[in-house]
Amino acid sequence: MIKVENLTKYYGDHLAVSGLSFEIGEGHVYGFLGPNGAGKSTTMNIMTGCLSATEGSVSIDGHDIFEDPKAAKKLIGYLPEQPPLYLGETPAEYLRFVGEAKGLRGEKLKSEIESAVEATGIESVRNRRIGTLSKGYRQRVGIAQALLGDPRVIILDEPTVGLDPIQILEIRELIRKLGRTHTVIFSSHILSEVQAICDRLLIIANGKLVAQGEPEALERELAGDNEILLTADTEAFEAAEILFAVQGLHALSVREEDGVTVFRLSAGSGNVYDLTRAVFRAFAENGVAILEMSVKKASLEDIFLELTEKDAPINSEGEVNDNDGDTEA
Amino acid sequence: MTAILKHELKSHFHSLTAWVFGAFLLCFVGIGALQYNLNESVSNFEYVLGYCSIILAIIVPLLTMRTIAEERRQKTDQLIYSLPVTTTQVVLGKYLALLILFAIPLLIVCLYPLIFSQYGDVYLPTSYGAIGAFFLMGAALIALGVFISSLTENQGFAAGLGVAVMLANYYSVSLSEYVSRTTLGSGVALAVIAVLLCLLIRYMTKNVNLAYGAAVVLILGLSGVLYFKPELLEGLLPKIMEKLSFFERFYTFVDGVFDLTNVTFYLTAIVFFLFLSVQSLEKRRYN
Repeated sequence: MIKVENLTKYYGDHLAVSGLSFEIGEGHVYGFLGPNGAGKSTTMNIMTGCLSATEGSVSIDGHDIFEDPKAAKKLIGYLPEQPPLYLGETPAEYLRFVGEAKGLRGEKLKSEIESAVEATGIESVRNRRIGTLSKGYRQRVGIAQALLGDPRVIILDEPTVGLDPIQILEIRELIRKLGRTHTVIFSSHILSEVQAICDRLLIIANGKLVAQGEPEALERELAGDNEILLTADTEAFEAAEILFAVQGLHALSVREEDGVTVFRLSAGSGNVYDLTRAVFRAFAENGVAILEMSVKKASLEDIFLELTEKDAPINSEGEVNDNDGDTEA
Repeated sequence: MTAILKHELKSHFHSLTAWVFGAFLLCFVGIGALQYNLNESVSNFEYVLGYCSIILAIIVPLLTMRTIAEERRQKTDQLIYSLPVTTTQVVLGKYLALLILFAIPLLIVCLYPLIFSQYGDVYLPTSYGAIGAFFLMGAALIALGVFISSLTENQGFAAGLGVAVMLANYYSVSLSEYVSRTTLGSGVALAVIAVLLCLLIRYMTKNVNLAYGAAVVLILGLSGVLYFKPELLEGLLPKIMEKLSFFERFYTFVDGVFDLTNVTFYLTAIVFFLFLSVQSLEKRRYN
């Protein structure tokens, strides 16, 4: 559906996106994940034809966005980071303009506006000035605009930023609903949000793609080791001897205090409960009480942090370079 | 393009700009007609337009200031870029909307010569020729205003710069009399203008090499002319200033001459500034 090849973008001397390549298939919700300044907005702006690329190509269903922009843009509905709304107009007037500009006329225009209004739930505010609407409703009007012209791909740039928790849930629900009928790509810097809605993930850091795939598969492939935290009612030496009998464990740290030993154990990426069961039995056989045992599973969060922080460009003041496509001339 | 055109017209009538612009234009033409045609019983309507022409330098920037600047400020330019319309269509749609807004009060003005002709001898061809030329000059000034609006996201700045540029253009003929007519004076003044032009190129394209290259070429060319054919430079700057005056060209129509070179000049100016506006919008995609 969308093919991005070797995309590179410089703002002056600043490299915002570097050699990005990926493909987007039809009928999934894609999450575009990365910390602020990773190049998400820049990439989305290029994919939608709002920005030129220094190098590389984007093709949408075979139409190159730079060579054949009209055909390519007809397949995309785009909501930029800041919803592009005319505050003095009502949603009805605004949608009419966007629909006409997308080439819709007459009955088709009317029915598309109706279905976009219905899908985004802005029926009750359609004749109020956009300037008087809350942020959540403005975001919905922005999404309604993207839905006009029946595009096959909908691209949303950070659609939940700046909304209150209830509005965030509503917009997420809306995105999930759209995902049933469209290919949706949306960006976010919040992992839990992407996890909640997406069935495909693209993780980007410093303008490079660092991982992609289904969230569960990524978790399985890239997950670090599970950890077991254990407090045993004995001295360190004896506890270590007991643990030695259990295969597949190695200690990360050991601490002894008041005759009690606290272990942090690395348990590999296999089934962690098999190991805890073995640990329990080993201590039971030796008649040593386990005072506390807890399991910390490796999560996507860790992968995300590890992938995105590994090579963050840190400048001399120790701040992470923050530049999310807002570099304005 | 029609979608943009309709949208622009609607928003101009929504915000007061269209009404204020029309009211000002009609008011000043009315005052002029009262003074010349009624009080002094002059039968030439074209003098009224000659008298009113300066008002365009004030009200055209007020009409055009928000055209593109406002889209940038409220970030709706992103929407425009992502729509399946070309930048040329966007600029043309906006420009045609402004032309319609300008044409509406002028259509009312078109009635005046007819009314006056009921009460005396009015030579209609020169009257309507002058109204047509007034429209053309206004159209050229509007194109200039659209271009200025595309340079910034601050409406106020666009208006201020527009008024300054158009007033400078209005007074350029009277100013040209104070400009040195000597060879050296012209040479130095043109060199200064060349440098300013290159600074503008540098600001607009952010391409330092291109700007310095242009500066070197222009100044070398100028020194070459100064050295080999100094007589060419004599009185050159005042001549250029006169030739570039939109208003001076309009006065030939007021004097009753329908000069096609001037029509061509206006049309060229329109195309030139609209082309620059398209480039200015496109440039943002390449920043």
